Parts: sequence; structure tokens; C-alpha cells
Amino acid sequence: MPGQTLFDKIWERHVIADLGDDYALLHISRHLMHDGGGRGLRAIKDAGLKVRNPDLTFATFDHIISTEPGRTHDTLRPYAQRLYHMRDEARRWGIKLFDLGQPGQGIIHVVGPEQGITLPGTLLVCGDSHTCTHGGMGAIAFGIGATEVIHVLATQSLVQRKPKRMRVNFEGRRPAGVTPKDMILHLIGVVGAAGGTGYAVEYAGSAMRDMEVEGRLTVCNLSIELGAKIGMVAPDERTFRFLEGRPFTPTGAMWDQAVADWRALASDRDAAFDRAVTIDVGKIAPQITWGTSPEHVIAVTERIPDPAASGDPDKQKAMQMALDYMGLKAGMPIQEARIDWVFIGSCTNSRLSDLRAAAEIAKGRKVAGHVRAWVVPGSENIKRQAEAEGIDRVFREAGFEWREPGCSMCLAVNGDTIGPGQRSVSTSNRNFVGRQGPGGRTHLASPAMAAAAAIAGHIADVRAL
Amino acid sequence: MKPFTVLDATAAPLMRQNIDTDIVIPIHRLRDVAQVDLGPYAFEPLRYLPDRSDNPAFPLNQPAYKGAEIIVADNNFACGSSREGAVWAIMGMGVRCVIAPSFGPIFFNNCFQNGVLPIQLPREQVLAIAGELEAATRPGSNSEPRLTVDLEERTVSLPSGRKISFQVDGIRREALLKGLDEVALTLTREPEIAAHQAKARATTPWLYQTT
Ligand code: SF4
Repeated sequence: MPGQTLFDKIWERHVIADLGDDYALLHISRHLMHDGGGRGLRAIKDAGLKVRNPDLTFATFDHIISTEPGRTHDTLRPYAQRLYHMRDEARRWGIKLFDLGQPGQGIIHVVGPEQGITLPGTLLVCGDSHTCTHGGMGAIAFGIGATEVIHVLATQSLVQRKPKRMRVNFEGRRPAGVTPKDMILHLIGVVGAAGGTGYAVEYAGSAMRDMEVEGRLTVCNLSIELGAKIGMVAPDERTFRFLEGRPFTPTGAMWDQAVADWRALASDRDAAFDRAVTIDVGKIAPQITWGTSPEHVIAVTERIPDPAASGDPDKQKAMQMALDYMGLKAGMPIQEARIDWVFIGSCTNSRLSDLRAAAEIAKGRKVAGHVRAWVVPGSENIKRQAEAEGIDRVFREAGFEWREPGCSMCLAVNGDTIGPGQRSVSTSNRNFVGRQGPGGRTHLASPAMAAAAAIAGHIADVRAL
Repeated sequence: MKPFTVLDATAAPLMRQNIDTDIVIPIHRLRDVAQVDLGPYAFEPLRYLPDRSDNPAFPLNQPAYKGAEIIVADNNFACGSSREGAVWAIMGMGVRCVIAPSFGPIFFNNCFQNGVLPIQLPREQVLAIAGELEAATRPGSNSEPRLTVDLEERTVSLPSGRKISFQVDGIRREALLKGLDEVALTLTREPEIAAHQAKARATTPWLYQTT
């Protein structure tokens, strides 16, 4: 019998009951909530149900809050009521809530690892598709829908079908200017936006082992853009170093016991995967998307592809529609695209290492006169640490705006939007039609590439600055 | 939940790849519109022209497909976000079944939670179905763009009379056929949940030190 994968090992220890047909009732060891999902607590109340394990649920505000400097709960009037409601319900049930201005507030997928809530070997869910991010800690983590949230609140369990297993081997060394974001965008370009559908993806290989935890979180974050609900990386010494001493990580003898357990989670050498892809990281250049699906991605040095060159008529049609929406022409060097906005933030790229990388580019330079550039740190803690390091000053002096932590312009639900027809380079994860505001045009890139674009005023190769 | 047994209804082809959940229901609608009123905003970016009139290029706006309760879509339908509003929006426009080669994984689960049947079929078969539907709307055709989806039998019947079989997981099928509520079902398993948790507390105690 072949060995087990990282995924199999964690899955197995959470099975409460085998329901046949590859379905299982799974125990949920961590449940995270955000302000976009307050409906769940209301529904529990309305249905007369109980929150079964408030001790295993954690909440924060991120999606619908203002990110304006000096914000309060009431800055965005229409949503203030929802925040108050969620806070009341959390208090009533005893759910830990990280409130505005408190350490621990921030984008839920930044907060989980940062607080040590997300631990290796956990099965973690949240009513948000980018829950796959937490897999970078060596957990099974996936997004669920609103009804599933109610199921988790009421029963601390979930009915799921076991996915197939896929391994992506990122081998080799990252060339200068190439970041974890570029690796995952490149992968999506190679296998397509549905390339991971039906799989739990394990990212492995020398380039993943050499990568710090924050980068792994970025890679796992875009698993859903690959079609996979789950992306994960085996926990190792880097993971343990990252976690030690965080507010919710175990301490003392319990820590040693936990680490010993986590060391055994890695996929067995002879573990079988249903699909395997190998990527030579040494051949990747900084990436930028040109269209309206994350699979519409090229190296920044390339020209915008010609739909006519695609053999598949359906792909051709999709590419042409994307070009029309984006206001771009096939064959044009992507660096000629003039931009209006830069957004550095989101659960993909708003961690300290991301802000440092962008600040390094911004340092001593100026944002182009016609560009508005925002930096939105992923959490209150990151904001404070960045300010202690003087990173906020570097950005401000270069002409970037420094905001309060939240999802902001990644989803644009809080009114942080770009205008119709405007073009933005964004470090977030979705370049969908209208994602950053109706009619807005989004190009996804790494923090360094976004900073470079802000300064150049058009899409630019960070290596040429 | 409304049971799903047999659905004999108009079906509309929406053959575009990677239709994401931001297209199925834009986030600001989800924010501002009540769950039961989302129907008019489903597929908003594709469905309306800038002046808010119906976009004639959008299949579900065409007279032949008006009132369609089945959507036939291309790869990776409703990829993207976890928003269950994507299902509520298509339900709001009367849709109870989507047929596609692949789906966004969270949307796929959300469908079952709401009594909507997502059917996954090989792409050639989906293209064949879409082809028959389009043919049925052409002048001179003597059939209608309708499909019959029989969940008991697990078949889709096409306008030509051809039948295609599909797979659906046993427990999902059972729940749809009977309109079962998953939360209520799981609550009956409380003793098993408690036993599992007791064991987990003993073997991985650090997971429970959360205060
Ligand atoms: S930052 Fe964007 S992708 Fe991440 S949780 Fe917030 S809205 Fe979702």
C-alpha cells in the first residue's frame, strides 16, 4: 500500500463518520468568521440553534469596514449595524472577536496565522474562498458557503467529499525579482484556472522548502484561482519558527508535544498523487495578468497574446472578450499599458514581507503624477510593525496613501473602488470583471511589481528600475 | 429545502468559460439586496447594456430561452468566491439545475445546500447538449430548447430524444430527492461528534487551548 499524503493524514484524523461514496462527516478544529458572514450568527439565533464550540471559532472585521485613516465603526454608516450585531452575537456566545483598533484585527486570512490560531494539522474552515491561504501552515483549510457556516456553528462538523490529490513541485531557485506571487500566477497560466478543480493541492519541491511561511501563504492563497478549494505546504522548521510565541500557539511541554506531532505530517516518500506538475522556478519571470481570469497571465516582458493564435475557438472568444473589457490590443507590449491605480494589500500580499518588498522599490522614488497608489496593511499588527520600522514613512514620502487594515480595494465592497474604465495594478488575487468596481480593469502582480508600476505610471518590469 | 425529482424545463446555453461568481452576482448587489430579491441581478454584467436595458446577446434574454430553469455552461462555471448568493441569484431567476464540464468547488457544494442540482458531464457531451438547444431555436426546427432532468434515473433527455446519463454522489442525491436539511441530520449524530472530540482533546490537546 502506498504511503499517505499530508492531506490524507490530516483528513483522516478529522473523520467523525464515513458516509460512503468518499463522503465523510468531518470535525472542524478551527472556524473563522468575518464581517461579511454575520448572517450565520443571525441564522443560528433565528433557528433557535446553539453555537456548539464557541471556543473553536474566531472572528474579525475586514470586508465591510472602512480603511480610511481615523475610521470608526460608524465611518461606513450602512454597515455599522452589521458590525454591532456581529459584536453582540460574538460576545453573547463567547466567540473571540478581534475588534477595530485591537491587535489581531485584520484580514481573516492574515490574522489566523499571525495569531497562531491556524496550526499545522488543523482542519480549518471559513465562509470565504481564500481560506485556502491557511494551508500554507500545513493545515487543511477551505472556504465554505453560508449554509455550511451554519452547519459548522451548530455542529462543529461538516459533510464533505474527499478530493483527489495533486502535487505541484516547484523546483530550483527563484531568479531576482521573482516572488512567490509570480510562481503561483505562472502555475495558473500553465495549468489554467480550472487546472486544480477537484484536487487538494500540495505545493512541494525545493523552492517551497526554501520559502518562508509568508510566501507559502501567498502561494496557497491563489489555490482557489487554480480551481482548487485546498492548497497546502508541509509544515517544517520554518513553520515552527514562525509560530513559536504567537498569542494562540501552545507553550511549554504542550509546544514540544505539538511540534513532534507536526513533524510527522509531511507526505510519505511513497505517497501517491492523482496528478503531478513540475515547474522550473528558474525559468519564471515577473508575472502580470492581462485579462479577466487569473489564467490570462504573461511575463512582464511579453506582448499581449493574440486570440487568433489559440487553436480553441471557445478560448479565442473568451480572450477577445477579455481584451475588449480590458481595453487592450493583441500584440501590444504589456508595459505600454498606462495605469490609474495601484493597490498593495489583500490576503494575498499584505504581510510585512510584502510591504517591505514594495517599500524597497518605493524608497527615494515618486509615484507618477497621474497614479493613485494605496497601501493597505493586512492587519493591525502588521500596520504597527510597519510603522515601527518606518515603512509607512517610505510609502508616504513616495506619494502612496497609507490606510487602515482591511480587505479594501481587493473586493471593493466597502466603497474602496476604482472608476469605470480605470486601470489598476493590484497585489490581490482576482482580476474578474468589475472586481475592483464596476467597469474597473485589474492587473494582478507582486507587491514589488505593483510599486514599480506606481512609479513608472504604466505596467513596468521591476528588474529594470 | 424543496425536493428535486424531475425537472422538465427550458434550458439555455451560456457557453463561456470561467464565468466567475463576481459575474453571477456582483458583490455590491449581495451587500444591498435581500436574498430573495437577487434574481434580477444574476449575471448582471452580461445581462444588461449600460442603459440597463436587456442585452440581446445574453442567451437568457432571448425569447427562445425566456424562463429557462436549466443553464448549460462551459468549464469552471461559478469559479471564484464562496458567496452562496451566486446560488440564490440563479434560483431567483428560476434556475434549478446547471450542467457544465466543471464547477467552482464551493459553488458546487452550495448548490446542494439549496436544492439546486449541478450536473458535471464531459465537455463533449455538454457541447452536444448546447448544440441541440441552439438547433432547436432555429427557424424551421420542430423541437423546443427543453431538457428533462430525472434525478431518480440520473438522466438528461435532449430535444432529439437522446438520453445522457450522469453521476451524482449518493448522499447528495438522496438529500435532493427528499429535500433533507443537512444541519438537522447532523444534529442527530451528536453522540458521535462528542466522542470524536473527546478523543481529539486527548490526542491533540493543544488544539483546545484557545483562551
Ligand atoms: S482580501 Fe480580498 S480575497 Fe482576501 S478575504 Fe478580503 S476580499 Fe477576500
